[in-house]
Amino acid sequence: MCALCGVLGGKGHWSDSAASPAVFASRTEPQTRGRERQARTRLLNAVLKSHGIVVKDWSGSSYLLTGRTGRTAIVDTIADLWPAAERLAGRAIDPLDEHYLATLAKLS
Amino acid sequence: MADYSELTPVNIITGFLGSGKTTLLQRLLRSPDLADVAVLVNEFGEVGLDHHLLQGVAENTVLLGNGCLCCAVRGDLQRALRELLSRRTRGEVPHFRRVVIETSGLADPSPIAYTLLSEAVLRHHFRLSGIVTTVDAVNGAGQLERFRESVKQASMADRLVMTKTDLADESAIATLRQRLRRLNVSAEILQARDVGEDFAQLLTDDIYDAAGKSREARGWIAEAVDEDAPHGHTADVQSFAVIFDEPLDWTAFGVWASMLLHRHGADILRLKGILNVAGVPTPVLINGVQHIVHPPSHLDEWPDADRRSRLVFIVRGLQRARIEQSLAVFNGLVNKPSTTARPREAGEPLRSPSYR
Repeated sequence: MCALCGVLGGKGHWSDSAASPAVFASRTEPQTRGRERQARTRLLNAVLKSHGIVVKDWSGSSYLLTGRTGRTAIVDTIADLWPAAERLAGRAIDPLDEHYLATLAKLS
Repeated sequence: MADYSELTPVNIITGFLGSGKTTLLQRLLRSPDLADVAVLVNEFGEVGLDHHLLQGVAENTVLLGNGCLCCAVRGDLQRALRELLSRRTRGEVPHFRRVVIETSGLADPSPIAYTLLSEAVLRHHFRLSGIVTTVDAVNGAGQLERFRESVKQASMADRLVMTKTDLADESAIATLRQRLRRLNVSAEILQARDVGEDFAQLLTDDIYDAAGKSREARGWIAEAVDEDAPHGHTADVQSFAVIFDEPLDWTAFGVWASMLLHRHGADILRLKGILNVAGVPTPVLINGVQHIVHPPSHLDEWPDADRRSRLVFIVRGLQRARIEQSLAVFNGLVNKPSTTARPREAGEPLRSPSYR
């Protein structure tokens, strides 16, 4: 638990393991993990923009989602993030949806 | 949390009613390499026949009281594993290094995987190892035709063992083999008669086992990327490989896969693959069962000369082309360090270096 904000430690997600073998087993390179987390937050914002959702990294342990109406949700992992994002957006987020993919393709 | 590869591996042996699960298990348990295995048996019907057959073989057998290992009785499995764990800690049972769960003939293996990976205590002590499915060479084709349970068991397997091949003719065996290959492009298919008592690899090889993981990864992809392999579908289940020439960005892959599994996990029976991750010289192995993905594993070197990312999907009703397109779009969202960067024009708005 974080002593400052009282957040209970999350259960982690498989993608939290960094891709690099050096970080993989020991998880002793916070700088790399921090950078990966920043990169992920940027990507999450990119893919959720069309749904009107803004994502912020919260203390490196959770994600704070804000919808168009200002409603917020805090989630621990990206597995928990999608259902929360769908609730805030009021519609499904489907990576196999043709229109959604077309919107994303324009970003790259 | 302990290193994932140090957790006690749990194998699942499944297969339709009468397909020879217990016989196979009995033979495997005679292997000296599998001497320290605890066995959980699923009772089905009024007589716990499987249990009585197994009693003489394994000392650590715990009978699961409920009928079927599907979602409804996950609690049973949870209690049984917790009990085994505490008895091992107290020294009340011989120290075991592996657990084998034999499911009932109608069981769906995915809730077992879910229990192991999500339950608060168990996930710190156990990990899922290979799923072995037995298929009866005489009745298997008919069962695959008529019973969804049978299709699910075969499509989730890491290894498919054809049993009773001495009672079936060669052409029937070949047809069944082809059918199984269509259903599950990445599983190793073998015949029970070839499984000797020293064939402990059937259970021990997996992507977290130091000795077996490279062999295991080669097995996953060998058949899957064979252009002549009979890809296709049986019933409504399809199995195919998605191949990427470009290295994949780890962040993009994680975001993409978790979004895909959230929306379509119920229809993704298995997701396995060997990834060429951008900036990492060695391959990353991915292994998922429905909504659940295991922590990724790492190989010290590529198992073959092919450096492409190869992902095997076993799905219900999802299109391969759309999955390919989707991953490509997500991967494209992350700009690689570019050599084509140009100076900002006067008046041009500032943009994030990575995302526009």
